[in-house]
Amino acid sequence: MTERVIRGIIRSAAALGLVAVIGTVLLTGVQRLTADRIAEQERRVVREQLAQILSPDLYDNSPQDDAITVFDETRFPRGQAVTAYRARRAGEAVAVILRFRAVDGYNGDIHLLAGIRSDGRLAGVRVVSHRETPGLGDGIEAEKSDWVLGFDGRSLADPAPEDWTVRRDGGGFDQFTGATVTPRAVVAAVRMALEYFEQNRTELFAVPAGENGT
Amino acid sequence: MSYRRIFHDGLWQQNTGLVVLLGLCPLLAVTGTVVNAIGLGLATTITLVFSNLSVSLLRGVLRPEIRIPAYVLIIASVVTVVELLMQAWFHDLFRVLGIFIPLIVTNCAIIGRAEAFASRQRPLAAVVDGLGTGLGFCLALVLLGALRELVGRGTLFSQARLMFGDIGAALEITVVPDHPGFLLAMLPPGAFIGLGLLIAGRKWLDGRSAARKAEKPARAVNEANA
Repeated sequence: MTERVIRGIIRSAAALGLVAVIGTVLLTGVQRLTADRIAEQERRVVREQLAQILSPDLYDNSPQDDAITVFDETRFPRGQAVTAYRARRAGEAVAVILRFRAVDGYNGDIHLLAGIRSDGRLAGVRVVSHRETPGLGDGIEAEKSDWVLGFDGRSLADPAPEDWTVRRDGGGFDQFTGATVTPRAVVAAVRMALEYFEQNRTELFAVPAGENGT
Repeated sequence: MSYRRIFHDGLWQQNTGLVVLLGLCPLLAVTGTVVNAIGLGLATTITLVFSNLSVSLLRGVLRPEIRIPAYVLIIASVVTVVELLMQAWFHDLFRVLGIFIPLIVTNCAIIGRAEAFASRQRPLAAVVDGLGTGLGFCLALVLLGALRELVGRGTLFSQARLMFGDIGAALEITVVPDHPGFLLAMLPPGAFIGLGLLIAGRKWLDGRSAARKAEKPARAVNEANA
């Protein structure tokens, strides 16, 4: 190999290295500048989501900081790590808000938040994100229809367990025109969340924040 | 080439979305509403301006055999910076646009401009080209977004507060009250049909102005003869 070729290779490598160094410095700088703000924005998003389900007047702790992660393969299938935000007032359990997924929707997972009061009644359910068909399955969003508000105040006893499905399957929840699969998946998933709460109520509130429950 | 010409080429003559048909994936995917279109369009424009500028500044250093990996590094860095800034200051809009912000990296229009233009032009020309091309792409996105939002939902600028804060709420217009929703326009086929109509519309406009230009000198000659 001639010296000229070698020198060319070295020069190319140096140029590419220079670009990489500039890029790295730039990214590190911007990342440092924005990290706090991004973290704060993410906390705000969760705070707003939780506030939609459970009025902040009802508790005096910060459920975001009083959260645990739980696993239950039968009720929250496909290895879900379910986040449980605990709301308390003067140390007393008020409600727990579970973040989980309905896995049998029409198109991909439906990400859900369900607030369950300590007496086992639903404080509310919200769809965080989904990829159901626009105009058909997206009636599960609170912005698009009132359907999801139909869960408010319900519990495992109301309606009776056998009615915890959509009308089409003989149950007590409406489906919407042209979409049965989506509401069916949401109703089934919310029921599973209620069952999980029923069986793990004491532990859900007892496990120290940041640790994993069962 | 004058700066005006470069800008006009990017914005209209060689419009990325409507003529060159590059970057169709984001073009078709996020144009459900005008606000999404503006968000992605501006993010792409910023990326184009800075990637073009960096490529142009480094054009003496970047030997041909390393130019492609260098472009990829530059574009990826710029997009990540844009992504971080959006996450920090336009968090809700970022959540709506989701994966399409990082995917700007794969928009072939950007590496295309770096290779075809910025790598052999002065920095200022490269910036003007990036601005023209970016705004041209933004224009295509916004037109398609407006068309689909209007036909599909009967609104314009819905969710504008994601981008402009509380002032944006005033921008949100319901054009057709109680619109039943036209599903086809909101689904991917509607995006293809809309894009086809826009391309046809652009060709029609071009044809008309070309015809007018051809007519003008002819008339001048006739008048001179008379």
